[in-house]
Amino acid sequence: MPRRQAVGWAFLLPLVAYLLLCYVYPLLTNIDLSIRDHTVRSFVHGGAPLIGWDNYAKVFADPAFGPALRNTVVFTVVSLVFQYVIGLALAVFFARGFRLSVTLRALLLVPWLLPLIVSASTWAWMFNSEAGVVNAALTFLGFGTVDWLTSPDWSLVAVTIANIWIGIPFNLVVLYSGLRNIPAELPEASSLDGASRWQAFWYVTFPLLRPISGITLLLGLVYTLKVFDIIWIMTRGGPSGSSTTLATWSYELGFGTMLPRFGPSAAVGNILIVLAVAAGLLYVRLQRHQETA
Amino acid sequence: MTRRSWRTVVGVLLTAVMLFPVYWMINVSLTPADRMRKSPPDFLPTAPTFEGYARVLNEQLPYFATSLVVASGTVVLTLVLSAPAAYSLAKLRPRGRRPLLFALLVAQMIPGIIMALGFYGVYVSLGITNTLWGLIFADSTIAVPFAVLILTAFMAAVPDDLVQAARIDGAGALRTFWSIVLPVSRNGIVTAALFAFLWAWSDFVFAATLDSGGSLKPLTLGIYRYIGNNNQEWNAIMATAVVASVPATILLVLAQRFVASGITAGAVRD
Repeated sequence: MPRRQAVGWAFLLPLVAYLLLCYVYPLLTNIDLSIRDHTVRSFVHGGAPLIGWDNYAKVFADPAFGPALRNTVVFTVVSLVFQYVIGLALAVFFARGFRLSVTLRALLLVPWLLPLIVSASTWAWMFNSEAGVVNAALTFLGFGTVDWLTSPDWSLVAVTIANIWIGIPFNLVVLYSGLRNIPAELPEASSLDGASRWQAFWYVTFPLLRPISGITLLLGLVYTLKVFDIIWIMTRGGPSGSSTTLATWSYELGFGTMLPRFGPSAAVGNILIVLAVAAGLLYVRLQRHQETA
Repeated sequence: MTRRSWRTVVGVLLTAVMLFPVYWMINVSLTPADRMRKSPPDFLPTAPTFEGYARVLNEQLPYFATSLVVASGTVVLTLVLSAPAAYSLAKLRPRGRRPLLFALLVAQMIPGIIMALGFYGVYVSLGITNTLWGLIFADSTIAVPFAVLILTAFMAAVPDDLVQAARIDGAGALRTFWSIVLPVSRNGIVTAALFAFLWAWSDFVFAATLDSGGSLKPLTLGIYRYIGNNNQEWNAIMATAVVASVPATILLVLAQRFVASGITAGAVRD
């Protein structure tokens, strides 16, 4: 029925035009930026010479590339592990309803809903070396104080902790809904068969949760690779690059200094896109697999 | 004590620990400047001051208005683009829609910081940095793919019989969309609108890059400017942060089930 086809596409037309204008065009601009030798002048007036892969070669050869990549991996993996484990523990805890459980579960969404700049600036002050509440607590407990945001050894830890805090609600909500979809009889039956609660969880519930866990982790991965606001606001990637990830490095190159280097900035960004989309495609595959299963 | 009330006590404690930073933000926003650097800090606002909030009122009100306009504009743009598209994807199902669905999935994975650089390049060459609608278009990219996908899921749940009946009664596609499918998918619309508002309201990356030093600043940049300029006055910074958190709080209170269903719908297909 060709008429119906035409009507269908007529309804899609605004979206297609939008995607071309607001996704394809900026992304092509980005690729164009990454293969030219741009100055601030040529950025505004055009005419930057084509230099092909030079920006990419420069980025790979830059001494900052290795640490940025390593920080990205550490930040992402550590965030994912803690978000998932804490989120799952909370989901299991809340799965058996109790008085106030609905209200408390709603309140636990707050960290995820707050603007990132709000969470990041709050954590920045909590981690302040002299007047921060974290160091006050450490002193009270008899530990020494830590220069969370100003020591190269701790800055990545600090931003990772803040990011874990922000990501826990997402893991909690998704895993909670996954738990609700598991028939309660299954773990109960294994309890009757003499399994301890831990065994019932580990051998029955957890394996049943595997598809949802995979999706949660991959979505978390795609999200965490994107994280920029939190790190930039808390540490600006510093001190001396110790908490720089690919995302903050890309911004720093393009916008962080008085002398923007748009070419390398776009190159780092495109490397990050490749990583994020690769993770994303893995997610799509997993979800397809799950739908057909 | 019964087992269940034991769980409630633990639940309240866990929630308190998780929400401590939120409490701390409020506490610091009420702390007078001369007690700010006290060690150990005051755990209760024993001598609350509202000087931070007074400064927000004096200095951040225009930014607050910008945020409201940009977030509302993003909601409108997002819905106008995504609702018809979702209707087509869910009910008209034209041939060749699969690549489009795939493109929407991939679009969600592109880091905002990269979109920002691309937009900056485009806007500079067109001379449209520091415009409201420029920021609205950029912010909408965070929400549109999500909105299309979630609305498609909601509209796919509208019974085909209903759509069929409308057609037999002589309603065209547009009328079916407007009078049948759209009202029935109200919950999906609310969820999509809610997230579009929240994301645009929270946006920092696009605002920081696309205003290019101009006058047009949303509240997130207001906070950022405070942090950059006067890092001593944390009660003003935290007061702005509290004000910036208000929409999230209101939405959570009014629309908690939409929030939870929105988060889940992105990840889980029932």
